[in-house]
Amino acid sequence: MSLTNEIIKQRLTEKFGDQVTGFTETYGMLSFESPKENNLKVLNFLYDDDQLRFRFLTDITGVHYPDQPGRELAVVYHLHNLEDNIRIRFKVFTAVDTPDVYTATGLFSSANWMERETYDFLGINFVGHPNMKRILNVEEMDYFPLRKEFPLEDQTRIDKDDEMFGRG
Amino acid sequence: MSEQHIKLPEGSIEKTTTTLNLGPTHPATHGVMQNVLELDGERIVSTEQTIGYIHRAFEKLAERRPLAQITTLTDRLNYCSSPLNNMGWHMTCEKLLGIKTPKRVDYLRVIIMELARVADHLICNSIVGVDAGAYTGFLYVMQYRELIYEIYEEVCGARLTTNIGRIGGFERNFNDIAFQKLEKFLKEYPPVLKEFENLFQRNRIFMDRTKGTGAISAERALNYGFTGPNLRAAGVDYDVRVHNPYSSYEDFQFNIPVGTTGDNYDRWLVREREMWESLSIIEQAYQKVQEFKGAEAEVYHADVPEYYLPPKEDVYTKMEALIWHFKIIMGETNIPAGEVYHSIEAANGELGFYLVSDGGRAPYRLHFRRPCFIYYQAFEELIKGSMLSDAIMTMSSLNLIAGELDA
Repeated sequence: MSLTNEIIKQRLTEKFGDQVTGFTETYGMLSFESPKENNLKVLNFLYDDDQLRFRFLTDITGVHYPDQPGRELAVVYHLHNLEDNIRIRFKVFTAVDTPDVYTATGLFSSANWMERETYDFLGINFVGHPNMKRILNVEEMDYFPLRKEFPLEDQTRIDKDDEMFGRG
Repeated sequence: MSEQHIKLPEGSIEKTTTTLNLGPTHPATHGVMQNVLELDGERIVSTEQTIGYIHRAFEKLAERRPLAQITTLTDRLNYCSSPLNNMGWHMTCEKLLGIKTPKRVDYLRVIIMELARVADHLICNSIVGVDAGAYTGFLYVMQYRELIYEIYEEVCGARLTTNIGRIGGFERNFNDIAFQKLEKFLKEYPPVLKEFENLFQRNRIFMDRTKGTGAISAERALNYGFTGPNLRAAGVDYDVRVHNPYSSYEDFQFNIPVGTTGDNYDRWLVREREMWESLSIIEQAYQKVQEFKGAEAEVYHADVPEYYLPPKEDVYTKMEALIWHFKIIMGETNIPAGEVYHSIEAANGELGFYLVSDGGRAPYRLHFRRPCFIYYQAFEELIKGSMLSDAIMTMSSLNLIAGELDA
């Protein structure tokens, strides 16, 4: 029997009730979120449940939404059920002042570096991670470059002497 | 000199293991990455990998660029097969924008993508040979990678960082020379590949060096997020081209080679078989392309004026074309809000693009799922307890590309 987004949604609501929210389906992929305290419970359930079997972690990344107070940072998990060939997206949000989220390294070895990368760029601290330190940037760095408070150079600025391109 | 002037680091007298720095610039790493190996004689006790030497903050840069300008960033991920990354990116954009590409574009893309896969596997497999001490094969097959690069040149004008294709299709149609070169490649390459195989496949020395080294079980490989040839060598038949077909891959007949042991030899064999499968796909695609007649044979892009640059002569003579041209070049087209994940089977595995758009001109957030980055973390487990020379072989047979590792 093949798994569909409807069944996944139903199984999750049965198990977690109102703890899983925000079900959307964009471009065919089911997406939902849960409070950050529950991320491991949800991941474990998705992994262990006989019907769901989301046992391949495709990707972990983070997004910074500075305009959402209390939910500034998102951790985005992409999971794949290889047997039924279906993907889902699972998000947890955390406040930027307390960016602590439980690590998924106990479940997926692949989470190790992906979580380090997320920490490196967005400063999300994965509690229980065996080696929580920067991975791509230098260790002395004291900020998290992918946060939105570090804008790139504004292409339309006018203080540049750039007459060739009509901005002079 | 009295004894007190010699200052040894604390604990260095009692230490029984040797610390060896392999990299960041070492001929065997084939890229900038560092391994700090702890050796007991020649056996590896533990290792720590340091990466990030060529990190260029692509994900941040992408947050200020219109979609078309991000293609050049993807070139520089896995630079041994840039067209695959380019196509993956275009398809991600097309998914977000809801663009449907014509069949002929899909088939032309398949040709380019499979050529890129052959070029990538060719480098990887011949480099495994080089690290085992066989330079001949590498130099010999370089001539045929050159043929592939010449086809790229005809199609896009570049060789390494190709920036090939556009959102919706290609920037120009394939010319006759491109097809002639493709025919030449399809004719000349298979015998060479066979010869290359004969050089290694049953070579006693090569087999002794690669069999049983750097092995990983299917279960561990999945847990480590392996994809692509490295996962298939461990016996899991996961291939994005089959599981989530894109660019009309469902129209083609091909096999997915799998290994059993997941060791260096199996990885080499899987890549070798994949090259044969790619050649067969290219032939099928070329046949399908030739079947288009009349006006259909001239189609090389979808009709999406908001994202696809109009022909230059129209820009000078037509108002609409001029407006589109300006808007595209200045990046003044707003992209629809949404979240999209798209992945393709790149040469190293599943290359994913996670694009979050808030409706602005550039992505709000773009994340690359780089297969290299994810499976390199298993390196310690693969080489622990093995000999130093096996670690070198394992590193090259994993096909680590520094550009993809660091993004």
